Amino acid sequence: MSAKEMDETLAEFFRRTILKIPMTEMMTILKTWNFLSENQLQTVNFRQRKESIVQDLVLLCEENHASLNDAAHLDIIYTQFHRHQKIWDVFQMSKAPGDDIDLFDMEQFKSSFKKILQRALKNVTVSFRDAEENSVWIRIAWGTQYKKPNQYKPAYVVYYSQTPYAFTSSSRLKSNLPLLGQALTVASKHHQIVKMDLRSRYLDSLKAIVFKQYNQSFETHNCTTSLQEGSLGLDINMDSRIIHENKVEKERVQRVTQEIFGDYPQPRLEFAQYKLETKFKSDLNGGILAEREEPLRCLVKFSSPHLLEALKSLAPAGIADAPLSPLLTCIPNKGKNYFKIRDK
Amino acid sequence: MSALRPLDKLPGLNTATILLVGTEDALLQQLADSMLKADCTSELKVHLARSLPLPCSVNRPRIDLIVFVVNLHSKLSLQSVEESLCHLDAAFFLGKVAFLATGAGRDSHCSIHRNTVVKLAHTYRSPLLFCDLEIEDFRAAMAQRLVRLLQICAGHVPGVSALNLLSLMRGSENPSLEDL
Repeated sequence: MSAKEMDETLAEFFRRTILKIPMTEMMTILKTWNFLSENQLQTVNFRQRKESIVQDLVLLCEENHASLNDAAHLDIIYTQFHRHQKIWDVFQMSKAPGDDIDLFDMEQFKSSFKKILQRALKNVTVSFRDAEENSVWIRIAWGTQYKKPNQYKPAYVVYYSQTPYAFTSSSRLKSNLPLLGQALTVASKHHQIVKMDLRSRYLDSLKAIVFKQYNQSFETHNCTTSLQEGSLGLDINMDSRIIHENKVEKERVQRVTQEIFGDYPQPRLEFAQYKLETKFKSDLNGGILAEREEPLRCLVKFSSPHLLEALKSLAPAGIADAPLSPLLTCIPNKGKNYFKIRDK
Repeated sequence: MSALRPLDKLPGLNTATILLVGTEDALLQQLADSMLKADCTSELKVHLARSLPLPCSVNRPRIDLIVFVVNLHSKLSLQSVEESLCHLDAAFFLGKVAFLATGAGRDSHCSIHRNTVVKLAHTYRSPLLFCDLEIEDFRAAMAQRLVRLLQICAGHVPGVSALNLLSLMRGSENPSLEDL
């Protein structure tokens, strides 16, 4: 077999995938991929223009007879390094009451998952990569009965096998979502799958919320002493010519904020959305809207580079009263950032 | 809880005390720090409060100047200032009160119209100052100005009293509403 037998579309896919990788991460990602040997990598001149480097690397892939599977692996690794470029949804599976708790077999899961997708759509590329905490990253390139899989718009699923949770990147091809859900459910021997009202770019924060790992602080000490120590530190740094008249209130706000949000860094979300369907309530008697029978529909969206930290700082900054509305503070607890509010 | 009165306490020796009232603690703190950095022959004291009335305190020195800080981005800050004004003795409004509006530079974030604070200051016959407190240089310049105002209100500048200052400032600072 000659080295130049690689399919043109596959070579192009390699080229585009490698081109995506920033130069600062190139060596790390290639080494993680572990497909090209040290010796081979040393033959590449990394001081050329990026296009030339990529060309050399693709030639090396051809030499090694790289397959679509190898390309898919590289794509998974790239996505793992750049997970925040995708928006992740969270799905929760459940077993039927009375189901036995089988021991999970990763290989059986993978083969079952792949078979279900391949039976439904003749053309689909499914690749797996094991990751930490018994999780697996699944890459799916969707095709149809008549079209080859589109390698440039894959969907990703991260499934934590010891839990009923899976995270999926929102794919533009939404029609395949029910099939994906079904494949996950059946392959992992669950009965039902439900989409949670939780979505974010930050996969690790979603994990922390769903696995309730966000509220672990690393020091164990009495809460009240830590507050005193904190405020003492403030006094020492502050000029004694500045006097806070509302010190008692300030301390109350700090205490309430700490009770609600804790000492630990908050998981990172970019927004919270509230869909309201409530009847109009007014203090004034009469008015046009007060007589309206139908509920008003309204959407309120809070956006921030780090929503929960922003909410935490509202009361201490004097922008809102403490305690904040439970609708805002329940987000990590309830594992939701999409809410529907109706009249009771 | 008692209303603040301007002359119910004896002044401290060479001491001038300013009270900054506003809902956004961080802004008040920064302004206070800037004021204390300014050159001043008097001993300065800065009190920060979220709103009036102040909690009872026997040890509080005489307040020489009160500045109400309104953030044009926040309706809450205006509301809080309006409610606080009710708890102030009328005698304070003879030159010992000023309004400071911040946030005018970022017009898209403003939820309070300029005219609202202009009207408020006009109603209470007190000067209105504009300054984007978030910008360090502007804040430092305003701090210097406030220190000067404070010294006059505390009586540390011979020949000028708070009341003189009020008439002086009214001429150039505050155009009448008809001109707007």
